Amino acid sequence: MDHFPGTWGRVGGTKSPNLASLLTSPQPRNDVYGAYDASYLQTSGPKAHTSSPAVTGTSVVGVKFNGGVAIATDNLASYGSLARFSDVKRLRSFGDKAMVGFGGDVSDMQYLDRLLESMDIKENYSAHGNMLNAKNLHTYLAKVFYKRRSEFNPLWNHVLVAGFDGQGEPFLSSADLLGTTFSAPHLATGFGAHLAVPILRRKFPEELPLEEVTQEAAVEALKECMKVLFYRDARSIDKYSIAVITKDGIDLKEDEQIQGQSWAFAERIKGYGAQVV
Amino acid sequence: MTSLIGQSENIGYSFSEPTSANVKQHSFYPYTDNGGSTLGITGSDFAILAGDTRSTSGYNINSRMVPKVFKIGGDDETGDGAQILLSVVGFAADGNALKEKLDTVVKMYKYQHGKPMSVSACAQRLSTILYEKRFFPYYVHAILAGLDEEGVGALYSYDPVGSYEREQCRAAGAASSLIMPFLDNQVNFKNQYVPGSGEGHALEPVKAEPLPKETVKALVRDAFTSAVERHIEVGDGLQLMIITREGIEEIYHPLKKD
Amino acid sequence: MPGFDFSNYNRNAALHARGVPLPKATSTGTTIVGCIYDKGVVIAADTRATSGPIVADKNCEKLHYIAPKIWCAGAGTAADTEFTTALISSNVELHSLSTGRDPRVITCMTMLKQHLFRYQGHIGAYLVVAGVDPTGTGLYTVHAHGSTDKLPYVTMGSGSLAAMSVFESTWQPDLDRQGAIDICAEAIKAGIFNDLGSGSNVDVCVIEKDQPTQLLRNYMKPNDRPQKERNYRFQRGTTAYLDQRVISKEDMKKYVTIETLSGDDNLAAGDNMEVDS
Repeated sequence: MDHFPGTWGRVGGTKSPNLASLLTSPQPRNDVYGAYDASYLQTSGPKAHTSSPAVTGTSVVGVKFNGGVAIATDNLASYGSLARFSDVKRLRSFGDKAMVGFGGDVSDMQYLDRLLESMDIKENYSAHGNMLNAKNLHTYLAKVFYKRRSEFNPLWNHVLVAGFDGQGEPFLSSADLLGTTFSAPHLATGFGAHLAVPILRRKFPEELPLEEVTQEAAVEALKECMKVLFYRDARSIDKYSIAVITKDGIDLKEDEQIQGQSWAFAERIKGYGAQVV
Repeated sequence: MTSLIGQSENIGYSFSEPTSANVKQHSFYPYTDNGGSTLGITGSDFAILAGDTRSTSGYNINSRMVPKVFKIGGDDETGDGAQILLSVVGFAADGNALKEKLDTVVKMYKYQHGKPMSVSACAQRLSTILYEKRFFPYYVHAILAGLDEEGVGALYSYDPVGSYEREQCRAAGAASSLIMPFLDNQVNFKNQYVPGSGEGHALEPVKAEPLPKETVKALVRDAFTSAVERHIEVGDGLQLMIITREGIEEIYHPLKKD
Repeated sequence: MPGFDFSNYNRNAALHARGVPLPKATSTGTTIVGCIYDKGVVIAADTRATSGPIVADKNCEKLHYIAPKIWCAGAGTAADTEFTTALISSNVELHSLSTGRDPRVITCMTMLKQHLFRYQGHIGAYLVVAGVDPTGTGLYTVHAHGSTDKLPYVTMGSGSLAAMSVFESTWQPDLDRQGAIDICAEAIKAGIFNDLGSGSNVDVCVIEKDQPTQLLRNYMKPNDRPQKERNYRFQRGTTAYLDQRVISKEDMKKYVTIETLSGDDNLAAGDNMEVDS
């Protein structure tokens, strides 16, 4: 075994090796390969943190309705522009009345998933059972994000938390890698903030009382949003997960297919200018 | 067998060798701007703090209802019992962290001393909290409001690293450069002179006096409806908090949503 | 064709290197859309012009005339959209005179893309070109780099995603005139209320075969300013001055010719500014 990385793969070269040279320690052929780049062996320097996400999920879309919250994500994890994993579940339940939808880095999502899992188990073993509602969960996640961004070691996610608050009212709120938080009757992360939120604000204006938004209308609107996102978000896929959280619990469907797509208009399009056939 | 030393000299390699190789730079920037504007004005027996309720990122509206004005030292849920107001504008996550820290400090003060913290003491403490993070600052413009020991409206404004000053009025945030000159003219009567009081330099400036509450409320609303016209990050709603000896009154006005 | 004058290029580069900032152009951070219908085409725009985060014009016109039956909606750098459309308008007119035929939308679109391509994106004009000609209805987008697209409905500008969400969720083939106007206006409103770069009013232009083109300026005004609460009129003499000199009309006549017009208020052209009363 040659213990000197500086010679690895850098011996031999144009001259064919003779038996004698094979029996002695190999000499690096700097004349063939150039000087060794020692920077690859650096052990000092800063600790590596996530400074850009790798495998990522796109939008999360959520909307409140009379008596609960609905939330959806598609099932794709992208690696840059490669559609890498097409059955990744980005909706996670917490307890029996809270959901978290994850956008952004998938490895950081899985870390948070484990964090929430351990917290959930610890809660269940406690004397009172699981007392944390969606609002508490959101506060906790936002503080985790804010702490990590303050250490310059961010968790590269943008999440929506859906469920109920302490008063039993429907709750929907967002938290991102910087620790920024906000809530609204309808929210979306990533591309959904540009494409889905305008649809939801049009269907359910902010001034409309929540009592007038039915569960059916909310779910239909989410499906419509997922369709429009599939049309226009290049990092999306037509398979999605959708969860409906009500007082009765969580209704989670993880293998939905976008319905009623319409590509008929494309037949009439010929080229980008003068082309007619 | 060649010696270790010989070999390492030969190939010029070492684990500990200092290199001038580029250390990979962080591309993570820990701040963002969430837009919006705040404004505070004092009177002889009240102080008003106001802020719009829009939260932005880039050209997007995050939410149309995110408050920027908070009661400090009151009940966790309702804010009851608070005697100090704080407004924060800039990076919202830092704003929230700052608000919660100050809220805790004011509550701890009450538990330990058995009396509420005075506004001047709270103002000094807020300055210290901001300066503690001098080299990784809270990216916010804070305004603190309350009533001083004489019951007169007190307003303190801060820069992100803790420099502070007591003032009659202050605008902060995205549209501060639009609102502040208006306040200078309408609250402190800057550039206004008493007509016919003299010629040239002998002209007498209009003297600033504390304004009545209703006038101040109207000024605040006009300041915001005007800022909404000309600044894209201001809008959606106006949250007004008025602190008097009777307590804190909270008012909400809708603003334009475009 | 005359081009741009680059004689100040070196001077400006030197100034810039010494820290003089570049002047900021007014941009129409905008929502513009277009949609074809059975007998013609509709284009629409918002009316906000911005300079950074400041609103530069609350009611600007983004629908530009090219020919009587060809109009153009412009996003991007205000000056570039203005001058590019004016230049192409002139050339389209000359071309029409020289050929003795009505100008065609495809001609105009080709002239625009060739002009913009020549300047490699430095002319920041993003356009929606629409019109009717002897060959039928035309609707195109032209990007600043010179690429074009031909679609039954198009959106551009910073509010393009908000506007596109309306088309993708409510557009259907075989719209009639009012249907096309409605969907365009709705798309612009989505831009106005969801995109900070867009705001104020909706302008619409309807172009139809055998019908005069209709420019529906301020078709919708969903953002009227509320009444100011206080009166900001100052008492005469409030502003300080160090010296005053009164020049009578008789004195003025020594230097200039004065012609008195009738006191007809309607002679003053242009929009009336809002004035405190």
